[in-house]
Amino acid sequence: MSKEPVAVVGIGQTKHVAARRDVSIAGLVREAAQRALADAELTWADIDAVVIGKAPDFFEGVMMPELYLADALGAVGKPMLRVHTAGSVGGSTALVASNLVAGRVHGTVLTLAYEKQSESNAMWGLSLPIPFQQPLLAGAGGFFAPHVRAYMRRTGAPDGVGSLVAYKDRRNALKNPYAHLHEHDITLEKVQASPMLWDPIRYSETCPSSDGACAMILTDRAGAARSPRPPAWMHGGAMRSEPTLFAGKDFVSPQAGKDCAADVYRQAGIADPRREIDAVEMYVPFSWYEPMWLENLGFAAEGEGWKLTESGVTELDGDLPVNMSGGVLSTNPIGASGMIRFAEAALQVRGQAGEHQVDGARRVLGHAYGGGSQFFSMWLVGATPPTS
Amino acid sequence: MSAPRPLRDIAVVAFAQTDHLRTSDELSEVEMLMPVLHEVLAQTGLKTSDIGFTCSGSTDYLAGRAFSFTMALDGVGAWPPISESHVEMDGAWALYEAWTKLLTGEADTALVYAYGKSSPGSVRDVLTRQLDPYYVAPLWPDSIALAALQAQALIDAGDTDEPALAAVATRSRASAADNSHAQLRGSVPRGDYAVRPLRTGDCPPIGDGAAAVILAAGERARDLCERPAWIRGIDHRIEAHGLGVRDLTDSPSSRLAAERAGAFERPVDTAELHAPFTSQEVVLRKALRLDDSVDVNPSGGPLAANPIMAAGLIRIGEAAARIQRGDSDRALAHATSGPCLQQNLVAVLEGDPR
Repeated sequence: MSKEPVAVVGIGQTKHVAARRDVSIAGLVREAAQRALADAELTWADIDAVVIGKAPDFFEGVMMPELYLADALGAVGKPMLRVHTAGSVGGSTALVASNLVAGRVHGTVLTLAYEKQSESNAMWGLSLPIPFQQPLLAGAGGFFAPHVRAYMRRTGAPDGVGSLVAYKDRRNALKNPYAHLHEHDITLEKVQASPMLWDPIRYSETCPSSDGACAMILTDRAGAARSPRPPAWMHGGAMRSEPTLFAGKDFVSPQAGKDCAADVYRQAGIADPRREIDAVEMYVPFSWYEPMWLENLGFAAEGEGWKLTESGVTELDGDLPVNMSGGVLSTNPIGASGMIRFAEAALQVRGQAGEHQVDGARRVLGHAYGGGSQFFSMWLVGATPPTS
Repeated sequence: MSAPRPLRDIAVVAFAQTDHLRTSDELSEVEMLMPVLHEVLAQTGLKTSDIGFTCSGSTDYLAGRAFSFTMALDGVGAWPPISESHVEMDGAWALYEAWTKLLTGEADTALVYAYGKSSPGSVRDVLTRQLDPYYVAPLWPDSIALAALQAQALIDAGDTDEPALAAVATRSRASAADNSHAQLRGSVPRGDYAVRPLRTGDCPPIGDGAAAVILAAGERARDLCERPAWIRGIDHRIEAHGLGVRDLTDSPSSRLAAERAGAFERPVDTAELHAPFTSQEVVLRKALRLDDSVDVNPSGGPLAANPIMAAGLIRIGEAAARIQRGDSDRALAHATSGPCLQQNLVAVLEGDPR
């Protein structure tokens, strides 16, 4: 009884934008799915099951929308699963799909995540009404800003590090044709001069609100052998969750994130992530989360993450590129954002990331988180099949 | 197409549910769920920290807030951090996800739970939000009206009539007389027409409830349970969303799922069907080839208690519990989602030979 190796043979994204008024929700997801099928040179008939994910149903006002999307995703007569694990959902969805292949339930699975945020207002959708949450907590930024402040106080990081992350990610996005924000005239000064939204997070250091979808085709060894382009191989994947609030919770570096990374590294045989992993697509919705996650994921010692950012290590041409695609800071269809991280990691090891390709990327980590820094999902993909 | 054998033997080793009530105003979702979680853990002697994987099913549209499942997670006690996932689906699909996780060998035990409180809102209206948001949802066709379309199609096709539907309701609620968790038990009047041809007696009660199941693989299952209910097969399929392109008198997705789960390889003695409306039992009996020798919904089924998001998981739990008690050797459990049985899951459970 051993797991079947899982390969990514098809990847498709929509061009992420603020509002896709030209397509319905069904049209949006179908566009990404068809691009993934085309990439894999497969047809709908080759797909055994569909696993779909998105963030809260209130964002589009459709309850359990997978029921309505069954037709558009060619799922009629097939199994269809709908995952929802808050902001980590795009990653979790891919992992649930990977289990279907690894457990030898199905040979080839379409997995897809989306959000069409223009259908509503995500910031207020995330600001829960009384009695669930105290008032004056506007959007996710209101929740996360104090934890960023705690990180700065704990590590003594200089004020400007967040702006460096945003400046880097927005420049990376210019090399990614699917990224939402293409700010051709971006300068560090403009980032630093942008309005303060949730102190210490400035407007240019926050993610946009996007319409977009991302799809992947996952398959077994036999499927990978038929792949027209190099597959990405899954070397490890894990999810971890912890409660929203409890005495002793470390919001700056949550235990669930550390445990999740440790599980992935164990599966992949990674002893020193800083040396053995070539690049990272991590979930950074607010600039400061790059140095915070660098520490949480074991790429830097505690208190040292900001130094990697400040010294340019995480630049596209740095020693450990982070968010080559432009990241969540440049593209954020919430439910899809985690899957975009996973898919961009796979694009890198397949050598198909185009202008934002990292030369010689062999092992890349995809990372997503959600809720009150409590839900984590990650996978590590490689250019060669796993050995164990 | 013969059913594939699962990679690993996995069984339901514990099941618990709440008493399903019309309203549970004084309880939050977490407070409703906690006793059920404690009960399944107590049945096996496991602690939360012993569980390899946790998966739940629920919907924000009943809770009325985004990320409602996070409240339940706080109740589970996810500390130290746990390997955990959630589906915005009936708990039967959470069980399916947990089953696939166990198949990979990454975990040997799984805790599955589901809950729903329908009492705070008008569930007939809420469920209209599941429909195609551009062409159907704006018309607000409610769940009873859609089920009535299906019932009328069955009557027109000569598959059933109103007295036969009434007999399904009577039998279900008589069976529920022995089920202390059920909401509607014993003699329930046929009532007036809700939407022709369905009377109130043909419709499920609206209520609040929760359920939990523990799965275990291989020898671990035998350690935890005297007679595990082995999952011989489990599969689920979805149909088109547009009612106009479906034959509402049939359920090809149920039939295919049953075939893939191995249901037709040998007869079952028991079936727990997630048929919220009497007419849907008629459809499912036909699709799943259940004759009169099969004990259908001995628990009373969803006509006796239908806590949305948990009712499908409860079917699997009830079928497993009968195997564990020795009342069944081979049982079929079914769960559904969407309008007029759009999506269906079938599990075949077996006890070790006696």
